[in-house]
Formats: sequence, structure tokens, C-alpha cells
Amino acid sequence: MNTRPFLGWFVSPAGLVAVGLIAAMLAVFQYSVRAYIPGTLEVGGFTSANFEAMLRPLYALAFWNTVLICFETAVFTLLLAYPLAYALTRTNSSALRSFILIVSVTPLFLGEVVRTYSWMIVLGNNGFLNTLLLKLGLVDRPLRMMFTSGGVIAALVHVTMPIMVIMLAAALSHIDRNYEKAAESLGAGPIRIFMTITLPLSMPGIVAGFSTAFAWTFSAFATPQLIGGGRVATVSTLIYQLGFSSFNFPFAASLSIIGLALSLAVIALLKKAASPLERMAGTT
Amino acid sequence: MKRSPATLALRWSGRVLVAAILLFVLLPGVVVAISAFNDRAILQFPPQSWSLRWFYRAFSYADFAKGFWNGLTVTVWASSIAVVVGSAFAFAIHRYKFALRDFLEGILLSPLIIPHYTVGLGILILASQTGIGRGFPLVIFAHVVMVLPFVMRSTYISLENLDTRLELAASSLGATPLRILFTVTIPLLIPGLLSGWLFAAILSFNEFTATLFVSSQATQTLPVAMYNYVREFADPTLAALSVIYIVVTATLLTIANSFLGLGKILNVDAH
Repeated sequence: MNTRPFLGWFVSPAGLVAVGLIAAMLAVFQYSVRAYIPGTLEVGGFTSANFEAMLRPLYALAFWNTVLICFETAVFTLLLAYPLAYALTRTNSSALRSFILIVSVTPLFLGEVVRTYSWMIVLGNNGFLNTLLLKLGLVDRPLRMMFTSGGVIAALVHVTMPIMVIMLAAALSHIDRNYEKAAESLGAGPIRIFMTITLPLSMPGIVAGFSTAFAWTFSAFATPQLIGGGRVATVSTLIYQLGFSSFNFPFAASLSIIGLALSLAVIALLKKAASPLERMAGTT
Repeated sequence: MKRSPATLALRWSGRVLVAAILLFVLLPGVVVAISAFNDRAILQFPPQSWSLRWFYRAFSYADFAKGFWNGLTVTVWASSIAVVVGSAFAFAIHRYKFALRDFLEGILLSPLIIPHYTVGLGILILASQTGIGRGFPLVIFAHVVMVLPFVMRSTYISLENLDTRLELAASSLGATPLRILFTVTIPLLIPGLLSGWLFAAILSFNEFTATLFVSSQATQTLPVAMYNYVREFADPTLAALSVIYIVVTATLLTIANSFLGLGKILNVDAH
């Protein structure tokens, strides 16, 4: 008797998709080492010029900028998402639970363009924040918030919040509450319970959320493009400019290869940095 | 239980903090909703005079209507294909060991980490090299790749919770593997398959970065049409469209929450 019924039927469609994806990735690799012929979509012979060009300050700076923006976004997202996830999993009121859940998850389903657009109205020179600050007399002329990396980060934090809340809440909801009760009965205060039990036990969620936030931000295009307005250069905006304004697909391809390598490296580093913390929490 | 003043202060500052963060999450939505009713053609806050004309324009602007139908076509195809392909594969990795199993799984989960623009650019280059046009199949393929990891995860979790004794019982009563699959396994997996489909559909409908690369004028989806609009015009039409988007999404989620329990789907319910 066949002990693995349907194996071929179930694996081959997925195998086909995987072949397509591998072919697409190989195409990017292949283009990244080809010469660019201005004015056509054809590519020339093999060259390493694309990767050498990346050492130029303009591109090196864009890489540094992107990593910095992603890191700051992930940190702020974590700081804002943790209290929400905590409240979501610990509140006794089911109405409040539903409210927090819907409010924090809805943005996930709105897409990057809608969310970025709403931040343009919040941050613009005639926008909500500037009007508020002027009315309160805190500033005499509008602050420039559009086209700055601060503005980009604020919007990116908002874009990344839902996924972080979900991952943290998943981790927090799986913590055995008896540990906290035991600590309380032994006389530990709420802050001590949080710092020595809840926080370390939620570490897997923090690591998962942080790396996901980092990867998502690295992938973000609409937010840095629209809020940065071309003045905040990130890897994604450069690739788009090179691909669709100058049709330099080989260089765009080599940038995305480096972008991919960089995001993989950072995620691997985060995992490595986090493993002592997870061991401390006794989860590995 | 008695509480010390310090504990109470901590409790209240926690509440204020959570309220402030919720305000931050809600703020852009509220601001965009108010701006949508602005009569003037510039983005200004607060509006000086009010009108509904941007809602009218959002519905009558041809690119949005076309983008909506394009997006719906892509979404229905992509999430349905992804559910069939992804669930079958999740079943195989859950039950069997086979050659290249971990390799295939790694490849298919990789779009979670690979930047969307890399996937988009790769598929675009592949299409131009092989002479495949930038039609719907290309966009649908890109979307299948993007949503597959979510579908696989959703089915895998359902398989973990499936009681295999039911399949064994059917088998011992003489049912063929095909019969067991269609009368026991798939019916038991339906909730997981449905939530996977729903999640895939929502992600696909909103996918933007990769779609920007692989779509053409004829196949552009709603998010791409919206992005092109915001680059050309500065009037509040997009604010009106965003309001419609927010209201529809929040309504769908509230319904999903009361019927299905969003917490259960997202795996954040306490155990």
C-alpha cells in the first residue's frame, strides 16, 4: 500500500511555483552582472561595474540610510506595540479587547498607499500637526515634516505596528499566568514581575516581531517614496528610479541583490543577538 | 484584594499610555476622514468649507474603477490558486518526508524575507527575457508567490490541530485515501482554508510594491492606480477613497471578529 498517498499531486504545483520564483531570482542575479546599454532594454556582456558603482558615496549612503531607518522604525514600533499587545491580552473587558484588536489590526488591511497618504495630510505644511502647533502658538511657521527621515519613520512605525502587535500578543497570550501569580504571592511588585517574568518570557515574540518589522520596512517603497519625496534616498526608491526612469535594469538588479543580502544579514544578526536572551527565558 | 497607591498609579499611567498609543494609531484615519469632506482642491487642515464632491470623483474616476476590477480579478485568482497549492504543500510537509522537502519549504517561505521589489523586479526581468507579456497571468503569479507563505502557515496550524484518529477510523472502515481526503480531512480543514483564503485575498488586494513592477497600464490594480493618482494630483479624491477603504475594511473586520473570532485567526487568544 502507498504510505504517502497524493505526494506527487500535492507537491508538484508548489514545486512549479518554486521553480518560477527561483528562475526570477536567478534572472535578477544574472542581470546584476551584465552591462547596461543606455536607451535599450537589452543588456551587454558580463561585468562587475554595477557592484563597483555601489561603493560610490551616493549609493553607500542610501544603504546606510535604509538600515538606520529600518532599525529606528523597528525600535519605535516595538516600544509602541508592546503596551498595546499587553493591554490586548490582559484586559478583562471583552469590548475593550475587541476595540484594541480592531483598531490595531485594521491598518494591516489598508495597504501601504492609503496609510502613507493619510500621513501626508498629517505631516504636510498645511496639515494637521502644523495647524495644531501653529494654533497652540508652539511654532511661528510650519515645521518641515514632509520630505524628512523623521516623517518617513513616523509613517513607517504606523505601517509596521499591526504586525508587531499581532506577534507580541501571540507571544504574550501563550505565557502561563501561574508564573506571575506565584511571583505575586511571594511578594514581588508589578514592575518586578514584569521585568523578571513577563518580559523575558515574551522575548521570542519580541525577536520575531522586531525582525519582521525590520524586513517589512526594508521592503517598504510607497512610504519613503511619497513622504520622502525623493529627498530621503532608500534602497527601494533608488531601485525604482533606476528601473523606471533610466531603465538601467542591470544596476537596479545589483542594488536589489545587495538589498536582499543586507536584509538577510541583519535578520541573521538579530537572531544571533537574541539567542542568549531566549536562552535566559528558557525557551530554547 | 487591596491595592497600594503605587500599584494604582501604575495601573492608571498604563491606561493613559495605551490610550495615547491608540490615538496615534487612529489619528491618520481621523485626519484623512475630515479632509475627505474638504471643498477646496488642496490638502489643507482643517477644511474651510465642506462638500461631498471628492467622493463623487473617487467613484467616477475611470482608473480607480478599472483598478478595482483588475485588483478583484487578480485577488480572486491569486488567493484561490494559493489556497489550493499552499494547502496541498502544507499537507505534504506536515505528513510526509520527501526529497527536497526543506529546500522547497524554504524557497516558498522566502518571500516573507525577500524585499518585495526584488521579487517584482525578478519576475519582470524573467518575463522580458522569456517574452511573456505583462498580462494578468504575470501579476497573478507574483501575487501567488507573495501570499503563499500565509496560506501555508494557516493550513499547517489547522493540520496540527486536526484529530488524526478520525482519519484512522475512516481508514479502518475501509475508506480509500481519496475518500478520506474528501470526506474527512478537507471538511475538517475548511475553517483554516477559509481564513487562509481571506487573509491571502486581503493581502493580495492591497499588495503594492511588487505589483508596481509587474503590472502594466492595462493590468494595474487599485493600489497602483492610487499611487499614480497621488503623484499627479493633490486634491482630496484619494482621501475620499481612503475613507471608503477604511469604512469597508473596519466593517468587514468587525463582522469577521463577531462571527469567526479574529483573535483565534490571528492566534492571539489566551489559552
